[in-house]
Amino acid sequence: MPEVAVVGFAQSPAVRRTSASGNGVELLVPLFQQVYLDTGLSKQDIGFWCSGSSDYLAGRAFSFVSAVDAIGAFPPISESHVEMDAAWALYEAWVRLKLGEVDVALVYGFGKSSAGELRRVLALQLDPYLMTPLWPDSVSIAGLQARLGMAQGRWSERAMAEVAARSRADARDNPEAQLIGTPTIEELLDQPYLADPLRAHDCAPISDGAAVVVLAAGDRARELCPRPAWITGLEHRIDSGQLGARDLTAVPSAVAAARAAGSDGVQVAELHAPFTHQEILLRQQLGLDEARINPSGGVLAGNPMFAAGLARIGLAARHIHTGTADRVLAHATSGPCLQQNLVCVMGGED
Amino acid sequence: MSHEPLSAELRVEFAYTRSLGPTLGAFLTALREHRVLGVRGADGRVHVPPAEYDPVTAEPLTELVEVGSAGTVLSWTWQPEPLAGQPLAQPFAWALIRLDGADTALLHAVAAPGPGAMSIGLRVRARWAEEPVGAITDLACFELLDSPTPEPPVRTFDEPVRGTVSPVDLRYRHSASAAESEFLRGVEQGRLTGQRCSVCTQVYIPPRGACPTDGVPLTDWVELAEEGTVTSFCVVNVPFLGQRIQPPYVAASVLLDGADIPFQHLVLGIAPEQVRMGLRVRAVWRPRDQWGHTLENIDHFTPTGEPDAPFDSFARHL
Repeated sequence: MPEVAVVGFAQSPAVRRTSASGNGVELLVPLFQQVYLDTGLSKQDIGFWCSGSSDYLAGRAFSFVSAVDAIGAFPPISESHVEMDAAWALYEAWVRLKLGEVDVALVYGFGKSSAGELRRVLALQLDPYLMTPLWPDSVSIAGLQARLGMAQGRWSERAMAEVAARSRADARDNPEAQLIGTPTIEELLDQPYLADPLRAHDCAPISDGAAVVVLAAGDRARELCPRPAWITGLEHRIDSGQLGARDLTAVPSAVAAARAAGSDGVQVAELHAPFTHQEILLRQQLGLDEARINPSGGVLAGNPMFAAGLARIGLAARHIHTGTADRVLAHATSGPCLQQNLVCVMGGED
Repeated sequence: MSHEPLSAELRVEFAYTRSLGPTLGAFLTALREHRVLGVRGADGRVHVPPAEYDPVTAEPLTELVEVGSAGTVLSWTWQPEPLAGQPLAQPFAWALIRLDGADTALLHAVAAPGPGAMSIGLRVRARWAEEPVGAITDLACFELLDSPTPEPPVRTFDEPVRGTVSPVDLRYRHSASAAESEFLRGVEQGRLTGQRCSVCTQVYIPPRGACPTDGVPLTDWVELAEEGTVTSFCVVNVPFLGQRIQPPYVAASVLLDGADIPFQHLVLGIAPEQVRMGLRVRAVWRPRDQWGHTLENIDHFTPTGEPDAPFDSFARHL
């Protein structure tokens, strides 16, 4: 099977609200143009297109079909969509490339989280029989998980605030970040609870945005990128949808995915942790003590839904492209309390 | 573009109606009678809420077990400002509750005077809905064990619960794209405009953010005529909810002169059986004081009386 690499990446600035329509076209057109410019590719070179987005987020049916306008779909293209974070769309594209069906694929994700009431919209990804009818919001559900870990001494409100402060400080070097700054821990701990024990800084902001990743196989990747980020492992796993039936202070699906992807020895890890305690949980469970975590500021500095996980892969790949690391890990999540997890390990060849 | 895009409130509302299998059906049938059922897993653990398939072996689970309606809080969080649709309108706690006799936890709301009343290990009991319907909301919420609320009377039902209805009610601020907004501002002034692609030269109405053929942003605006050609049509004979015209009537694809893409509108002022491909039509606008940012400013299209357009003139635009 051919080796597959990330050879291009672009993301829009994460913003609290864009005036763009919910179908992503205005966000995506400039990103496509950017990756064409960076790689020298044109639309005709892309063998497969795959996207991740959510109609519930957009508040309209088949918004992902309208998004295809951004591609320019003539002559006819080969295209697919996942109603998940676009990191899972990247997985689908990676399979196509591994099978040798195409040699270049473009993956994109977009989300206009500001259009609706995000915390309520996300209740629709829960068990529709016994959970969604109660409308438990995503922040409250994360609060239940945060308290369980605190009760076990796994983290504290102070440790959580330290994650928020470090994320915002790191984000100063990230032009696409939404939240930057240098708050003190005391300032953060002084804030009221949003969902006790979570404060606003413990939760990723509501963000609109999009991301694009270009994958290529074998020698085609070497033509397109001076130092391709070769995908050496890519796995995704899922835990029970029944929140009360699993140990919320462990992430067995993330651990299994990381083990299968071969996460040992990574130097940089971009973790998709929408809540501060989830970054601590992932770091502990994935054994990432030696790695630099979220130098971009992570999703706590900007969280475009359905694009943020894909952006983790692009951001981690950049460290390979620029030569600042030789072995990196990207993680994406979907669903409540880290229910579904994808791990992508990438390396450079010199 | 000089203007901010147009936007408006959008409400998405529907009732998800779902059938239930034997496990969830039994669970909700019992809940309606103020009883809680769990299911025994392959490892002997009792799952509440019941799992339809064993989480480890994936075997279907069939051994239903009655558990208590009181239990212990395993984790909690405080909801200071309840959101629409949540079990309680005043501030309350969300909790994972392990009912007596169960090994897994149920997510639900706990009525409590404040976060200070909540703790891990707290004992709570079910408060039942006044009017049970066979849904998870028959458990109105949980309350502190010593709460004085009396038990509502148990009702009897002839039929088991076989389905459940979950209302969905979402509110959005829907934004039109920049191009759609300019188009709708033109329509509000009684003008029809399109956009020409700089690569393929096709003129699109309504305009869109990017050319669907070439993927490039559209920036070149074109004024379009009020006259056009019917490229295709269908006679609507079926009545449906929300219909505004008595069937039969004609919905047609109208290709405006100067445009390359037809759009759908009504064709009236001609018997449905006489409508044909190539028929020349003209926009009939509503009275000026009824105009808004909507293509409904055009009430319908009506025949111009001109000779039909030859097929070759619109064959590429079907």
